[in-house]
Amino acid sequence: MKAVSVEEAVARIPNGATVMVGGFMGVGTPERLLDELVRQRKSELSIISNDAAVPGKGVGKLFDAALVSTLTTSHIGLNPNVQKQMMANKVAVNLVPQGTLVERIRAGGCGLGGVLTPTGVGTIVGEGKPKIEVDGKSFLLETALRSDFALIHAFLADYLGNLAYALTARNFNPVMAMAADTVIVTAENIVPVGVIAPDHVVTPAPLVDYLIANG
Amino acid sequence: MDAQSLIARRVARELRAGNLVNLGIGIPTLVANFVPSDLKVFFQSENGLIGTGPMPEQGMAHPLLTDAGGRPISALPGACVFDSAMSFGLIRGGHVDITVLGGLQVDAEGHLANWMIPGKMVPGMGGAMDLVSGAKRVIVAMQHAAKGKSKIVQKCALPLTSSRPVDLVVTDMAVIGFSGGRITLQETAPGVTVAEVMAVTEADLFIPASVPEMKI
Repeated sequence: MKAVSVEEAVARIPNGATVMVGGFMGVGTPERLLDELVRQRKSELSIISNDAAVPGKGVGKLFDAALVSTLTTSHIGLNPNVQKQMMANKVAVNLVPQGTLVERIRAGGCGLGGVLTPTGVGTIVGEGKPKIEVDGKSFLLETALRSDFALIHAFLADYLGNLAYALTARNFNPVMAMAADTVIVTAENIVPVGVIAPDHVVTPAPLVDYLIANG
Repeated sequence: MDAQSLIARRVARELRAGNLVNLGIGIPTLVANFVPSDLKVFFQSENGLIGTGPMPEQGMAHPLLTDAGGRPISALPGACVFDSAMSFGLIRGGHVDITVLGGLQVDAEGHLANWMIPGKMVPGMGGAMDLVSGAKRVIVAMQHAAKGKSKIVQKCALPLTSSRPVDLVVTDMAVIGFSGGRITLQETAPGVTVAEVMAVTEADLFIPASVPEMKI
Protein backbone atom coordinates (compact mmCIF):
# COMPACT_ATOMS: atom_id res chain seq x y z
CA MET A 1 0.00 0.00 0.00
CA LYS A 2 1.14 3.50 -0.84
CA ALA A 3 -0.24 6.70 0.63
CA VAL A 4 -0.83 9.26 -2.12
CA SER A 5 -2.67 12.52 -2.72
CA VAL A 6 -6.11 12.39 -4.30
CA GLU A 7 -4.71 14.20 -7.38
CA GLU A 8 -1.94 11.63 -7.79
CA ALA A 9 -4.28 8.66 -7.40
CA VAL A 10 -6.81 9.89 -9.95
CA ALA A 11 -4.05 10.83 -12.41
CA ARG A 12 -3.39 7.08 -12.69
CA ILE A 13 -6.90 6.44 -14.02
CA PRO A 14 -6.94 6.76 -17.84
CA ASN A 15 -9.89 7.90 -19.92
CA GLY A 16 -12.01 4.89 -20.86
CA ALA A 17 -11.12 2.94 -17.71
CA THR A 18 -13.52 0.47 -16.10
CA VAL A 19 -14.14 1.67 -12.55
CA MET A 20 -16.08 0.10 -9.70
CA VAL A 21 -17.37 2.62 -7.17
CA GLY A 22 -18.45 1.53 -3.68
CA GLY A 23 -21.53 2.97 -2.02
CA PHE A 24 -25.29 2.67 -1.90
CA MET A 25 -27.27 5.79 -2.82
CA GLY A 26 -24.09 7.77 -2.18
CA VAL A 27 -23.62 6.31 1.30
CA GLY A 28 -20.14 4.82 1.67
CA THR A 29 -18.96 6.41 -1.58
CA PRO A 30 -15.44 7.89 -1.93
CA GLU A 31 -16.66 11.42 -2.72
CA ARG A 32 -13.16 12.95 -2.83
CA LEU A 33 -12.13 10.57 -5.60
CA LEU A 34 -15.29 11.32 -7.57
CA ASP A 35 -14.76 15.07 -7.18
CA GLU A 36 -11.22 14.66 -8.47
CA LEU A 37 -12.36 12.52 -11.44
CA VAL A 38 -14.64 15.41 -12.36
CA ARG A 39 -11.90 18.02 -11.82
CA GLN A 40 -9.45 16.08 -14.03
CA ARG A 41 -12.27 15.44 -16.52
CA LYS A 42 -11.63 11.71 -16.91
CA SER A 43 -14.08 10.69 -19.62
CA GLU A 44 -15.63 7.69 -21.40
CA LEU A 45 -15.63 5.83 -18.10
CA SER A 46 -17.28 2.44 -17.67
CA ILE A 47 -18.77 2.59 -14.19
CA ILE A 48 -19.92 -0.36 -12.12
CA SER A 49 -21.90 0.68 -9.05
CA ASN A 50 -24.98 -0.45 -7.18
CA ASP A 51 -27.04 2.58 -8.24
CA ALA A 52 -26.70 5.96 -9.92
CA ALA A 53 -27.34 7.84 -6.64
CA VAL A 54 -28.86 11.31 -7.17
CA PRO A 55 -27.53 14.37 -9.04
CA GLY A 56 -24.77 16.06 -7.04
CA LYS A 57 -24.06 13.05 -4.84
CA GLY A 58 -21.88 9.94 -5.18
CA VAL A 59 -21.54 8.58 -8.73
CA GLY A 60 -24.29 11.04 -9.67
CA LYS A 61 -21.51 13.66 -9.98
CA LEU A 62 -19.93 11.73 -12.86
CA PHE A 63 -23.19 11.93 -14.80
CA ASP A 64 -23.65 15.63 -13.99
CA ALA A 65 -20.30 16.11 -15.76
CA ALA A 66 -21.19 13.62 -18.58
CA LEU A 67 -18.06 11.52 -18.03
CA VAL A 68 -19.66 8.08 -18.27
CA SER A 69 -20.18 5.99 -21.41
CA THR A 70 -21.31 2.72 -19.81
CA LEU A 71 -23.03 2.04 -16.50
CA THR A 72 -23.57 -1.41 -15.01
CA THR A 73 -25.96 -1.05 -12.08
CA SER A 74 -29.16 -2.26 -10.42
CA HIS A 75 -31.01 1.04 -10.10
CA ILE A 76 -31.09 4.45 -11.78
CA GLY A 77 -34.60 5.47 -10.70
CA LEU A 78 -33.57 8.38 -8.48
CA ASN A 79 -31.21 10.03 -10.96
CA PRO A 80 -33.13 11.76 -13.79
CA ASN A 81 -29.83 12.82 -15.45
CA VAL A 82 -28.86 9.19 -16.05
CA GLN A 83 -32.29 8.40 -17.43
CA LYS A 84 -32.05 11.36 -19.83
CA GLN A 85 -28.54 10.36 -20.95
CA MET A 86 -29.73 6.77 -21.42
CA MET A 87 -32.74 7.84 -23.54
CA ALA A 88 -30.42 10.07 -25.63
CA ASN A 89 -28.05 7.09 -26.17
CA LYS A 90 -25.20 8.95 -24.46
CA VAL A 91 -24.86 6.32 -21.73
CA ALA A 92 -25.32 2.58 -22.22
CA VAL A 93 -26.98 1.22 -19.08
CA ASN A 94 -26.79 -2.48 -18.19
CA LEU A 95 -29.41 -3.16 -15.54
CA VAL A 96 -28.56 -6.11 -13.30
CA PRO A 97 -30.52 -7.41 -10.30
CA GLN A 98 -28.75 -6.19 -7.16
CA GLY A 99 -28.03 -9.63 -5.74
CA THR A 100 -26.72 -10.78 -9.11
CA LEU A 101 -24.54 -7.68 -9.45
CA VAL A 102 -22.84 -8.19 -6.10
CA GLU A 103 -22.35 -11.93 -6.74
CA ARG A 104 -20.84 -11.27 -10.18
CA ILE A 105 -18.37 -8.87 -8.54
CA ARG A 106 -17.70 -11.33 -5.73
CA ALA A 107 -17.03 -14.04 -8.33
CA GLY A 108 -14.66 -11.73 -10.16
CA GLY A 109 -12.74 -11.11 -6.97
CA CYS A 110 -12.63 -14.75 -5.96
CA GLY A 111 -11.34 -16.28 -9.16
CA LEU A 112 -14.68 -17.74 -10.24
CA GLY A 113 -15.98 -17.60 -13.79
CA GLY A 114 -19.47 -16.70 -12.65
CA VAL A 115 -22.37 -17.80 -10.51
CA LEU A 116 -25.61 -19.76 -10.93
CA THR A 117 -28.61 -17.80 -9.64
CA PRO A 118 -32.37 -18.38 -9.77
CA THR A 119 -32.89 -14.60 -9.97
CA GLY A 120 -34.07 -13.57 -13.43
CA VAL A 121 -35.09 -17.02 -14.70
CA GLY A 122 -38.20 -16.58 -16.88
CA THR A 123 -37.78 -12.79 -17.12
CA ILE A 124 -36.14 -10.51 -19.69
CA VAL A 125 -32.99 -10.57 -17.52
CA GLY A 126 -32.56 -14.24 -18.48
CA GLU A 127 -32.86 -13.70 -22.23
CA GLY A 128 -29.80 -14.92 -24.10
CA LYS A 129 -28.11 -16.34 -21.01
CA PRO A 130 -27.29 -20.01 -20.51
CA LYS A 131 -29.85 -21.72 -18.26
CA ILE A 132 -28.51 -24.59 -16.20
CA GLU A 133 -30.48 -27.22 -14.28
CA VAL A 134 -29.13 -28.34 -10.92
CA ASP A 135 -31.12 -30.90 -8.92
CA GLY A 136 -34.24 -30.05 -10.95
CA LYS A 137 -34.01 -26.29 -10.35
CA SER A 138 -33.30 -23.70 -13.07
CA PHE A 139 -30.47 -21.22 -12.70
CA LEU A 140 -28.98 -18.52 -14.91
CA LEU A 141 -25.27 -18.51 -15.56
CA GLU A 142 -24.15 -14.98 -14.70
CA THR A 143 -20.53 -14.23 -15.55
CA ALA A 144 -17.95 -12.65 -13.26
CA LEU A 145 -17.22 -8.91 -13.26
CA ARG A 146 -13.81 -7.32 -12.74
CA SER A 147 -12.52 -3.81 -13.31
CA ASP A 148 -9.33 -1.82 -13.82
CA PHE A 149 -9.95 0.26 -10.68
CA ALA A 150 -12.08 0.03 -7.55
CA LEU A 151 -12.75 3.25 -5.63
CA ILE A 152 -13.51 2.31 -2.04
CA HIS A 153 -14.61 4.27 1.02
CA ALA A 154 -13.80 2.93 4.47
CA PHE A 155 -14.50 4.25 7.97
CA LEU A 156 -11.10 3.26 9.35
CA ALA A 157 -7.85 2.58 7.50
CA ASP A 158 -4.64 1.83 9.34
CA TYR A 159 -1.15 2.75 8.10
CA LEU A 160 -0.83 -0.68 6.45
CA GLY A 161 -4.15 -0.40 4.61
CA ASN A 162 -6.33 -2.69 6.73
CA LEU A 163 -9.92 -1.42 6.43
CA ALA A 164 -13.04 -1.40 8.58
CA TYR A 165 -16.41 0.02 7.61
CA ALA A 166 -19.27 1.69 9.49
CA LEU A 167 -22.98 0.86 9.57
CA THR A 168 -24.68 0.82 6.15
CA ALA A 169 -21.62 2.39 4.44
CA ARG A 170 -20.10 -1.08 4.05
CA ASN A 171 -22.41 -2.31 1.23
CA PHE A 172 -20.43 -3.04 -1.99
CA ASN A 173 -17.08 -1.74 -0.72
CA PRO A 174 -15.43 -4.92 0.64
CA VAL A 175 -16.67 -6.95 -2.33
CA MET A 176 -15.33 -4.47 -4.90
CA ALA A 177 -11.99 -4.23 -3.06
CA MET A 178 -11.42 -7.85 -4.16
CA ALA A 179 -12.36 -7.42 -7.82
CA ALA A 180 -10.13 -4.73 -9.36
CA ASP A 181 -6.55 -4.60 -10.63
CA THR A 182 -5.94 -1.37 -8.68
CA VAL A 183 -7.73 -0.52 -5.43
CA ILE A 184 -7.84 3.12 -4.26
CA VAL A 185 -9.26 3.92 -0.83
CA THR A 186 -10.46 6.98 1.02
CA ALA A 187 -11.11 6.65 4.75
CA GLU A 188 -12.92 8.83 7.27
CA ASN A 189 -10.15 8.10 9.77
CA ILE A 190 -6.56 7.01 9.22
CA VAL A 191 -5.26 5.33 12.36
CA PRO A 192 -2.10 3.60 13.61
CA VAL A 193 -1.65 -0.11 13.02
CA GLY A 194 -3.30 -2.02 15.86
CA VAL A 195 -6.22 0.38 16.36
CA ILE A 196 -8.33 -1.92 14.19
CA ALA A 197 -8.27 -5.23 16.04
CA PRO A 198 -7.56 -8.27 13.83
CA ASP A 199 -11.11 -9.53 14.44
CA HIS A 200 -12.53 -6.26 13.10
CA VAL A 201 -10.53 -5.92 9.89
CA VAL A 202 -12.94 -6.46 6.99
CA THR A 203 -10.65 -5.74 4.03
CA PRO A 204 -7.08 -7.03 4.54
CA ALA A 205 -4.23 -4.60 3.79
CA PRO A 206 -2.68 -6.54 0.88
CA LEU A 207 -5.79 -5.78 -1.21
CA VAL A 208 -5.25 -2.00 -0.99
CA ASP A 209 -2.92 -0.35 -3.51
CA TYR A 210 -3.39 3.34 -2.69
CA LEU A 211 -4.70 5.10 0.40
CA ILE A 212 -5.59 8.75 -0.04
CA ALA A 213 -3.73 10.79 2.54
CA ASN A 214 -5.51 13.42 4.61
CA GLY A 215 -5.33 17.08 3.69
CA MET B 1 -58.52 5.53 7.16
CA ASP B 2 -56.66 6.33 3.94
CA ALA B 3 -56.05 3.53 1.41
CA GLN B 4 -52.32 3.23 2.04
CA SER B 5 -52.70 2.92 5.82
CA LEU B 6 -55.44 0.32 5.35
CA ILE B 7 -53.20 -1.81 3.15
CA ALA B 8 -50.19 -1.44 5.47
CA ARG B 9 -52.28 -2.27 8.54
CA ARG B 10 -53.61 -5.46 6.95
CA VAL B 11 -50.16 -6.57 5.79
CA ALA B 12 -48.79 -6.00 9.32
CA ARG B 13 -51.15 -8.72 10.55
CA GLU B 14 -49.20 -11.27 8.48
CA LEU B 15 -46.00 -10.79 10.50
CA ARG B 16 -45.11 -13.35 13.19
CA ALA B 17 -42.75 -13.17 16.14
CA GLY B 18 -39.14 -13.78 15.10
CA ASN B 19 -39.76 -13.16 11.39
CA LEU B 20 -37.01 -11.58 9.31
CA VAL B 21 -38.88 -9.10 7.13
CA ASN B 22 -37.85 -6.93 4.19
CA LEU B 23 -40.06 -3.96 3.31
CA GLY B 24 -39.88 -2.32 -0.11
CA ILE B 25 -40.34 1.37 -0.75
CA GLY B 26 -43.76 3.05 -0.89
CA ILE B 27 -46.73 1.44 0.84
CA PRO B 28 -44.60 -1.49 2.15
CA THR B 29 -42.46 0.91 4.21
CA LEU B 30 -45.61 1.97 6.13
CA VAL B 31 -46.13 -1.60 7.39
CA ALA B 32 -43.54 -1.03 10.15
CA ASN B 33 -45.80 1.67 11.63
CA PHE B 34 -48.53 -0.88 12.35
CA VAL B 35 -46.56 -3.70 13.98
CA PRO B 36 -47.67 -4.13 17.63
CA SER B 37 -44.89 -2.99 19.98
CA ASP B 38 -44.83 -6.36 21.78
CA LEU B 39 -44.29 -8.31 18.51
CA LYS B 40 -40.55 -8.84 18.00
CA VAL B 41 -39.76 -8.91 14.29
CA PHE B 42 -36.47 -8.18 12.56
CA PHE B 43 -36.54 -5.70 9.72
CA GLN B 44 -33.82 -6.00 7.08
CA SER B 45 -32.69 -3.08 4.98
CA GLU B 46 -31.02 -4.56 1.91
CA ASN B 47 -28.21 -2.01 1.96
CA GLY B 48 -26.84 -4.03 4.85
CA LEU B 49 -28.72 -3.92 8.14
CA ILE B 50 -30.93 -6.14 10.29
CA GLY B 51 -32.63 -4.24 13.09
CA THR B 52 -33.86 -1.19 11.21
CA GLY B 53 -35.48 1.30 13.56
CA PRO B 54 -37.59 4.42 12.97
CA MET B 55 -36.35 7.78 11.70
CA PRO B 56 -33.95 9.21 14.27
CA GLU B 57 -34.97 12.26 16.29
CA GLN B 58 -34.00 15.71 15.08
CA GLY B 59 -30.22 16.07 15.11
CA MET B 60 -29.57 12.36 15.80
CA ALA B 61 -29.22 11.16 12.19
CA HIS B 62 -25.90 9.64 11.07
CA PRO B 63 -24.86 9.98 7.41
CA LEU B 64 -23.61 6.37 7.36
CA LEU B 65 -26.87 4.88 8.66
CA THR B 66 -29.59 4.97 6.05
CA ASP B 67 -32.27 2.85 4.44
CA ALA B 68 -32.08 1.56 0.86
CA GLY B 69 -33.42 4.89 -0.38
CA GLY B 70 -30.62 6.80 1.36
CA ARG B 71 -32.88 8.23 4.07
CA PRO B 72 -31.66 8.38 7.69
CA ILE B 73 -32.83 5.55 9.94
CA SER B 74 -31.96 4.27 13.39
CA ALA B 75 -30.69 0.86 14.45
CA LEU B 76 -32.46 -0.99 17.26
CA PRO B 77 -30.60 -2.75 20.10
CA GLY B 78 -29.34 -6.05 18.71
CA ALA B 79 -28.96 -4.68 15.20
CA CYS B 80 -26.18 -5.94 12.94
CA VAL B 81 -24.60 -4.80 9.69
CA PHE B 82 -23.12 -6.68 6.75
CA ASP B 83 -22.04 -6.20 3.16
CA SER B 84 -24.25 -6.49 0.08
CA ALA B 85 -23.12 -10.06 -0.74
CA MET B 86 -24.35 -11.26 2.65
CA SER B 87 -27.46 -9.09 2.42
CA PHE B 88 -28.48 -10.78 -0.83
CA GLY B 89 -27.32 -14.14 0.44
CA LEU B 90 -29.94 -13.69 3.16
CA ILE B 91 -32.52 -12.72 0.56
CA ARG B 92 -31.78 -15.28 -2.14
CA GLY B 93 -30.94 -18.02 0.33
CA GLY B 94 -34.45 -18.17 1.80
CA HIS B 95 -33.50 -16.62 5.15
CA VAL B 96 -35.94 -13.73 4.76
CA ASP B 97 -39.34 -14.95 6.01
CA ILE B 98 -41.47 -12.25 4.42
CA THR B 99 -40.86 -9.62 1.77
CA VAL B 100 -43.45 -6.93 1.12
CA LEU B 101 -43.21 -5.18 -2.24
CA GLY B 102 -45.17 -2.71 -4.27
CA GLY B 103 -46.60 -3.76 -7.63
CA LEU B 104 -47.62 -2.49 -11.04
CA GLN B 105 -49.48 -5.68 -12.02
CA VAL B 106 -50.18 -9.10 -10.52
CA ASP B 107 -51.75 -11.74 -12.73
CA ALA B 108 -53.98 -14.79 -12.31
CA GLU B 109 -50.96 -17.04 -11.91
CA GLY B 110 -49.53 -14.83 -9.17
CA HIS B 111 -46.80 -13.36 -11.34
CA LEU B 112 -45.67 -9.90 -10.30
CA ALA B 113 -44.52 -7.06 -12.57
CA ASN B 114 -43.10 -4.14 -10.62
CA TRP B 115 -39.89 -2.87 -12.11
CA MET B 116 -40.42 -1.24 -15.48
CA ILE B 117 -42.84 0.18 -18.01
CA PRO B 118 -41.04 -0.22 -21.35
CA GLY B 119 -40.36 3.10 -23.06
CA LYS B 120 -41.76 5.05 -20.12
CA MET B 121 -40.26 4.20 -16.77
CA VAL B 122 -37.03 2.21 -16.48
CA PRO B 123 -35.75 2.73 -12.94
CA GLY B 124 -34.07 -0.68 -12.69
CA MET B 125 -35.05 -3.66 -10.60
CA GLY B 126 -32.80 -2.93 -7.62
CA GLY B 127 -33.28 -5.85 -5.25
CA ALA B 128 -36.84 -6.73 -6.28
CA MET B 129 -35.99 -9.71 -8.51
CA ASP B 130 -33.84 -11.32 -5.84
CA LEU B 131 -36.47 -10.70 -3.15
CA VAL B 132 -39.28 -12.31 -5.15
CA SER B 133 -37.07 -15.21 -6.22
CA GLY B 134 -35.69 -15.96 -2.78
CA ALA B 135 -37.89 -14.87 0.14
CA LYS B 136 -39.95 -17.57 1.84
CA ARG B 137 -43.16 -15.58 1.48
CA VAL B 138 -43.87 -12.75 -0.95
CA ILE B 139 -46.62 -10.23 -0.20
CA VAL B 140 -47.60 -7.50 -2.66
CA ALA B 141 -49.02 -4.30 -1.17
CA MET B 142 -50.60 -2.03 -3.77
CA GLN B 143 -53.70 -0.13 -4.85
CA HIS B 144 -56.28 -2.38 -6.50
CA ALA B 145 -56.54 -0.13 -9.55
CA ALA B 146 -54.63 2.78 -11.04
CA LYS B 147 -56.55 5.49 -12.95
CA GLY B 148 -59.54 3.17 -13.05
CA LYS B 149 -57.54 0.28 -14.57
CA SER B 150 -57.25 -2.98 -12.68
CA LYS B 151 -53.79 -3.91 -11.48
CA ILE B 152 -54.99 -7.48 -10.90
CA VAL B 153 -54.84 -8.72 -14.48
CA GLN B 154 -55.37 -12.03 -16.27
CA LYS B 155 -51.82 -11.98 -17.63
CA CYS B 156 -49.09 -9.42 -16.92
CA ALA B 157 -48.41 -7.22 -19.96
CA LEU B 158 -45.41 -5.64 -18.23
CA PRO B 159 -42.05 -7.43 -17.84
CA LEU B 160 -42.13 -9.90 -14.93
CA THR B 161 -40.09 -9.47 -11.79
CA SER B 162 -39.78 -13.23 -11.31
CA SER B 163 -41.24 -16.47 -12.62
CA ARG B 164 -41.91 -17.41 -8.99
CA PRO B 165 -45.52 -16.53 -8.09
CA VAL B 166 -46.30 -14.30 -5.11
CA ASP B 167 -48.18 -15.63 -2.08
CA LEU B 168 -50.56 -12.83 -1.14
CA VAL B 169 -51.80 -9.53 -2.55
CA VAL B 170 -53.24 -6.90 -0.23
CA THR B 171 -55.01 -3.95 -1.84
CA ASP B 172 -57.31 -1.16 -0.66
CA MET B 173 -60.26 -3.36 -1.73
CA ALA B 174 -59.27 -6.96 -1.12
CA VAL B 175 -56.92 -9.67 0.05
CA ILE B 176 -56.12 -12.10 -2.76
CA GLY B 177 -54.37 -15.45 -2.41
CA PHE B 178 -53.25 -18.24 -4.72
CA SER B 179 -53.86 -21.42 -2.74
CA GLY B 180 -54.08 -24.46 -5.00
CA GLY B 181 -52.73 -22.34 -7.85
CA ARG B 182 -56.05 -20.50 -8.19
CA ILE B 183 -56.41 -16.73 -7.81
CA THR B 184 -58.87 -16.42 -4.95
CA LEU B 185 -60.67 -13.55 -3.25
CA GLN B 186 -59.91 -14.18 0.44
CA GLU B 187 -61.19 -10.98 2.06
CA THR B 188 -62.86 -7.72 1.15
CA ALA B 189 -61.95 -4.34 2.64
CA PRO B 190 -64.39 -2.80 5.14
CA GLY B 191 -67.44 -1.46 3.32
CA VAL B 192 -66.47 -3.04 -0.01
CA THR B 193 -68.71 -5.72 -1.56
CA VAL B 194 -67.61 -8.78 -3.53
CA ALA B 195 -69.38 -7.35 -6.57
CA GLU B 196 -67.44 -4.11 -6.27
CA VAL B 197 -64.13 -6.01 -6.13
CA MET B 198 -65.09 -8.09 -9.17
CA ALA B 199 -66.07 -4.95 -11.09
CA VAL B 200 -62.53 -3.55 -10.83
CA THR B 201 -60.64 -6.84 -11.19
CA GLU B 202 -59.61 -7.93 -14.66
CA ALA B 203 -58.43 -11.42 -13.61
CA ASP B 204 -61.00 -14.23 -13.26
CA LEU B 205 -61.18 -14.31 -9.48
CA PHE B 206 -62.36 -17.45 -7.73
CA ILE B 207 -64.99 -16.42 -5.19
CA PRO B 208 -65.42 -18.84 -2.27
CA ALA B 209 -68.87 -19.39 -0.72
CA SER B 210 -68.07 -16.95 2.05
CA VAL B 211 -65.64 -14.05 1.84
CA PRO B 212 -64.96 -12.44 5.22
CA GLU B 213 -64.27 -8.76 5.74
CA MET B 214 -60.65 -7.75 6.22
CA LYS B 215 -59.68 -7.48 9.89
CA ILE B 216 -57.43 -4.51 10.48
